[in-house]
Amino acid sequence: MDIVWYLVLSAFIFCIGAAGVLTRRSPLVVLICLELMLNAGNLALAAFARMTGTHDGQVFALIVMIVAAAEVVIGLGLIVAMYRSRLPMDVDEMSELRG
Amino acid sequence: MEAVVFFFAALLAVAGAAGVVLQRNPFYSVLSLVVHLIALAVLFLLLRAEFLAAAQVIVYAGAVMVLYVFVVAYVGGLEDALTERNATLRVLAPLFAVALLVELCVAIIGSGLKALDTHGPDLAAGFGSPSAIGEMFLTKFLVAFEVVSVLLLIAAVGAVVLARREEST
Amino acid sequence: MSVATYGWLVIACPLAGSIVIALGWRVWSGRTAGWIGSAAIFLAFLNALGALVQLQDKPAAQRHVTSSLWDYVSTSGVDARLEILVDPLAVFMALIVSGVSFLIHVYSVAYMAGDRGYARYFSYLNFFVFSMLLLVLAGNFFFLIVGWAFVGFASYALISYWYRRQTATAAGMKAFVINVVGDVGLVLAAIILLRDTGHLDFGRVFESAPETYSQNEWTIVAACLLIMVGAFAKSAQIPLHTWLADAMEGPTPVSALIHAATMVTAGVYLIARMHPLFELAPTAADISAAIGAFTLVFAASVALVATDLKRIIAYSTISQIGYMVMGVSIAAYGAGMFHLMTHAFFKALMFMAAGSVIAAMAGNQNIDRMSGLRRAMPFTYVAFLVAALALAAFPGFSGYFSKDEILAFAAERGGGYWILYLAGTAAAVMTAFYAFRMVFRVFWGEPNDEARELERGHLHHAEPVNPVTGEPEDTNVGYPGPEHHIAEREPPMRTAMSILAILAVTAGVLQIPGVTHVVENFLEPSFEDSRFVDTDVSGGIEVLALVVGGLGALAGIGLAWLLYVRNPGTTLRLAARFRGLHDFLAHKWYFDELYDHAIVRPTSALGAWSASVFERYVVGGMVSGAGLVVRAGSQAVRVAQSGVLRYYALLLMSGVTALALYFLVVSR
Repeated sequence: MDIVWYLVLSAFIFCIGAAGVLTRRSPLVVLICLELMLNAGNLALAAFARMTGTHDGQVFALIVMIVAAAEVVIGLGLIVAMYRSRLPMDVDEMSELRG
Repeated sequence: MEAVVFFFAALLAVAGAAGVVLQRNPFYSVLSLVVHLIALAVLFLLLRAEFLAAAQVIVYAGAVMVLYVFVVAYVGGLEDALTERNATLRVLAPLFAVALLVELCVAIIGSGLKALDTHGPDLAAGFGSPSAIGEMFLTKFLVAFEVVSVLLLIAAVGAVVLARREEST
Repeated sequence: MSVATYGWLVIACPLAGSIVIALGWRVWSGRTAGWIGSAAIFLAFLNALGALVQLQDKPAAQRHVTSSLWDYVSTSGVDARLEILVDPLAVFMALIVSGVSFLIHVYSVAYMAGDRGYARYFSYLNFFVFSMLLLVLAGNFFFLIVGWAFVGFASYALISYWYRRQTATAAGMKAFVINVVGDVGLVLAAIILLRDTGHLDFGRVFESAPETYSQNEWTIVAACLLIMVGAFAKSAQIPLHTWLADAMEGPTPVSALIHAATMVTAGVYLIARMHPLFELAPTAADISAAIGAFTLVFAASVALVATDLKRIIAYSTISQIGYMVMGVSIAAYGAGMFHLMTHAFFKALMFMAAGSVIAAMAGNQNIDRMSGLRRAMPFTYVAFLVAALALAAFPGFSGYFSKDEILAFAAERGGGYWILYLAGTAAAVMTAFYAFRMVFRVFWGEPNDEARELERGHLHHAEPVNPVTGEPEDTNVGYPGPEHHIAEREPPMRTAMSILAILAVTAGVLQIPGVTHVVENFLEPSFEDSRFVDTDVSGGIEVLALVVGGLGALAGIGLAWLLYVRNPGTTLRLAARFRGLHDFLAHKWYFDELYDHAIVRPTSALGAWSASVFERYVVGGMVSGAGLVVRAGSQAVRVAQSGVLRYYALLLMSGVTALALYFLVVSR
């Protein structure tokens, strides 16, 4: 398969994820959609690594994976903390930064 | 053969992604994500990224998703309505998503990069193996490797702090 | 150890002393801080002696030792290293500075006892000695300027040492401001030299100067004039002299050390150090000599009528430095530096004796109130008398040889320099007169109340007041302490004064015209590149200068005796008769008033206008205008800050989309 197919697929997944972030109100689902976007990025990186025949892209993808894991840990920790303090599970309700 | 596998995996991946966004129940979203991740692992294999695929299945679809499932179970079924109440977002969100997709496709397909229309170069047998990746981590990307390990440590400490029960109450 | 090691240790000892005293100010009880400070300076003195011995072992041509610790700044075109230059001139200065400083430290140990800022005082004093030695040993303009500025700061800190005295802090600020004017001059001079020669260190600047500049070219004259601004500000020469009299607000040992013996002679040292440049710019050297001559006459005339004991000595200092500046400017380097040395001895001694007198008067400094202290304070009297004889250039005393040698050299240069000779001689008569005016009025005559009290064995005590304004004070920190110490009762003060008295009498033997040439020979390697190094004063002129100088001194002393002992009260009649002249002198030729009208008032008027009009409407308008703009702008932007996370995400997304669109369009 040509590399271009992988990249188009990656763009598809990325946009689906982005749309999810914009439309869903549950913080949990927003986090999952962020995972989608990160994975789209990973796919593109792996494709580019294949294209150039070097490992650099794969290493980068692995690091993205680790960053994503860290992000998940913190994000889920926040969600648990929110749940504990009985905050509403809705990103629209958390608007204390209003200027 | 390769094309068949690709289309199959790609369909599965897009379906998984769509499932994540469209399911009302977060639990189903998580399960859709697992499907999506495994489909991606297959694509990684097609791209000769063996170690990446393995890590994807073990770390991502395994460990991380388990975390998600636990949290969903702990927090409970929080179904939210898919119909958007906010008029601005209802219009603009899909608009921007589609616009970006179109732009990306134009960029990718219309870029005229010759290398994109090939399979890529022929690769030696050990490409993408754990030993090759490990060597890169300990030589060229040593600093990134160390920084990332520190990041993980910080994240672990942060998670402990966030999830700790308040002793005083 | 090598010469350079000794040189570095000379600088390091006082610095260490200053730091140790400052850090342990709570710990050091009683007079400990004073003894630590004295020990540090003594070590510096010993190291200077070591450098001297090592230097004398070398052949004359190799007596220029430079040493650098590390590069301080090293970029293209500028190469400033932390570098010292040890040559006879530097060692000579280092010996005088550390030696006299040590004696004054010992004196201060007793004199300042009981003051609530004792440790601070000695920390400052050690810091001053460090800065002065840095200045003297600096091997390039960079560290010369650093030492120069440090010395100015130390002077400021010590003048304002009694910081609750309004007059003292004002005097400190005045001294600092005028010193900074000098610093600026010196910095500009260094920049000119750096631009033209490409070097900062003395050796290479002096080497390349004759190739870079033609004789009397305007740039080198300008550089020398700027150096003179720096030298004159430190050495209190006209027109930058006004701060030195006010600097007498500091403690008396400070006046002895900084404002008589060492710091104020830095300008003389500077001109001597820069002599290759001044010889390239004879115009600047002549201006400098003329200013020196004018200053020495001016200051001597003011000292004739001043009534504050310390201020008389201060004007005497200005006058004597005028002699030195004149000397080094007319290339009488050996004589100028020799006078610097003898002056350091007898003027420090005079200040010490004056300090003892002031202590006996419980802080009062007005000589109108003093009388007949001779019997009550025999030691102080003898010390003051020795200093006065040396200052008056009485034949046989050290000042006699050094001062007359400068004058003889001026006469030897001939031509217009005869005017300098005449001015110097006239001022010498005045010097002898005011020196003995002090002696006769303070020590002779009927004993006053304080003297009688002291004769009965009791030191006078008075409520503490400001000696200048008469305002009442207390004795807490920031004001002088409750105790007064006179030399008769304090061994450290007596020791220091005795040593200086011996030096003031005998230092002249180092350089008796026609007999000994110790100082000149020692300094010769530093001045070997001078065109005048072989100029010797002819025998006739030498004898003329000595005879005229001796007669002048005797005439001045005799006149003072006539006016103050034989016919007391004559001076009052004279003052009444020549009221205009007396007022002119008493107001120090109206220099302060001139500066007040020409500089201070226009500046403060401009300041007041700026504060009331410019500040209010222009600056204030800009400030509040900026505030209004920001507020209006933020009102508009606030709308975006909805606090809704998804709006932020939407904005981000739109940004990405727009950016992608932009790149697509651009890449077409």
